[in-house]
Parts: sequence; structure tokens; C-alpha cells
Amino acid sequence: MAIRVQREDFDPGAEIAALTAGRTDVGAVVTFSGLVRDTGGLASLELEHYPGMAEKALAAIEAEAAARWSLQASLVIHRYGRLVPGERIMMVATAARHRQAAFEAAEFLMDYLKSRAPFWKKESGAEGSRWVAATEEDTAALDRWT
Amino acid sequence: MSAVRLRYFAWLRERVGESAETVETDAATVRDLVAELAGREERYALAFADLSAVRVAVDEELADLAAPLAGVREVAFFPPMTGG
Repeated sequence: MAIRVQREDFDPGAEIAALTAGRTDVGAVVTFSGLVRDTGGLASLELEHYPGMAEKALAAIEAEAAARWSLQASLVIHRYGRLVPGERIMMVATAARHRQAAFEAAEFLMDYLKSRAPFWKKESGAEGSRWVAATEEDTAALDRWT
Repeated sequence: MSAVRLRYFAWLRERVGESAETVETDAATVRDLVAELAGREERYALAFADLSAVRVAVDEELADLAAPLAGVREVAFFPPMTGG
């Protein structure tokens, strides 16, 4: 179980390899990476976070996933700072004996960190900048886990 | 009166004009503190004009406006989170 909140980029391949290194009890690894997508004229995305609370919130979400599913390992990395289209924002990885737990736990982690982890996004482009609003879908996505 | 550290994020930080400050207050709850700030200066009144768009954390844990302030060190105000 690991959480990292960092400015720097990361190497998903190396992270996956490290997650399962030396283990023989993992049969399934699921990963998700979120990238900065250009929806038309996006120059950059500023990711603001609440240091301290961000790590705590992610750790709490990860602990909840570990309590609900039988996971051998998991990882959440979330970046902050100024990113440009194409850059990685975050990743989650779950390792389990079987794929169902790995898939479900990864989806759970994503759904929760969308609206329960203290990060905020500001898009900048030719027409100025604006804060990305939380969507109804993101909030509604939590309902299926309760 | 007790000192509470306040933190603001995203557009709340921009409207208030600072990312953090320490205030002396004897407000009983976060809601009382918000009313006190809004009555103090226009920039707070603007930032807190629509409380349905404001989320609160008390000592780095999500809370709501009814949360008591007794013994609290830090209160943070921010819009709905957009991680991932």
C-alpha cells in the first residue's frame, strides 16, 4: 500500500514492476493512468492540492479499498503543479490474486479520488483560464459503492 | 478567543486573496466563523456568497459547516474537489 503526491513525472512501467517485484502471490495487476487531455485550445493545466490532507485522504481511500477487496498491493501516485496536454497526472495500480478484485478496487480508487481527494484543476488557454468544475457524474459515481 | 489557522484553495483562495491566515475568533462552529469573516470584509462575503459551492476540512479531515471549532487548529475552505 503506497501513496505518493509529487510534482515530478513517474514511470508507470517501473512502478508496476516495483509493485510486484519479488512476489509470487500476485495473479492480476490493474493500472489506470490519467493524462492531461486537450479538449481544444488547452495550453496548460495547473493542479493545486492541499499538502498534508491530500496524502491523508488518498491513504484513507486506499485503506478502504484494502478493507473491501483482497489486495496484495496497491499504489496511488498523484502529481501537482503545472502540466501540459499529454502529460501524466496520476496513476493507480492494484495487485491481487485474481482480476476481479484488482479491477474493482482500481475503479473504486478512481471514483473516490475524483471527488474525495483535495486536488483542484485550473485550465489555461487562449481564452483565459478557468477552474474545472466537479461533475454530477463524478459525485454520482460514488453511489454504486455505498 | 482562540487562534485558528485558515487555508483557502482554488477560486476561494483567489477571491479571498490569500492562501492562509491566522484569525482570532470565538465562533462556535465553522458556519459562525464564515459569518464572522463575511461580515468583516467584502472579499470574504464574495468568497462565501454561495455556501453550496464551498467544502470544508477541519484539521485536514472533511467536515461540514456545523463542525464545532473548539480545539481546532486548522480550517480549510475549497470548492468541490476534482482529483484524478
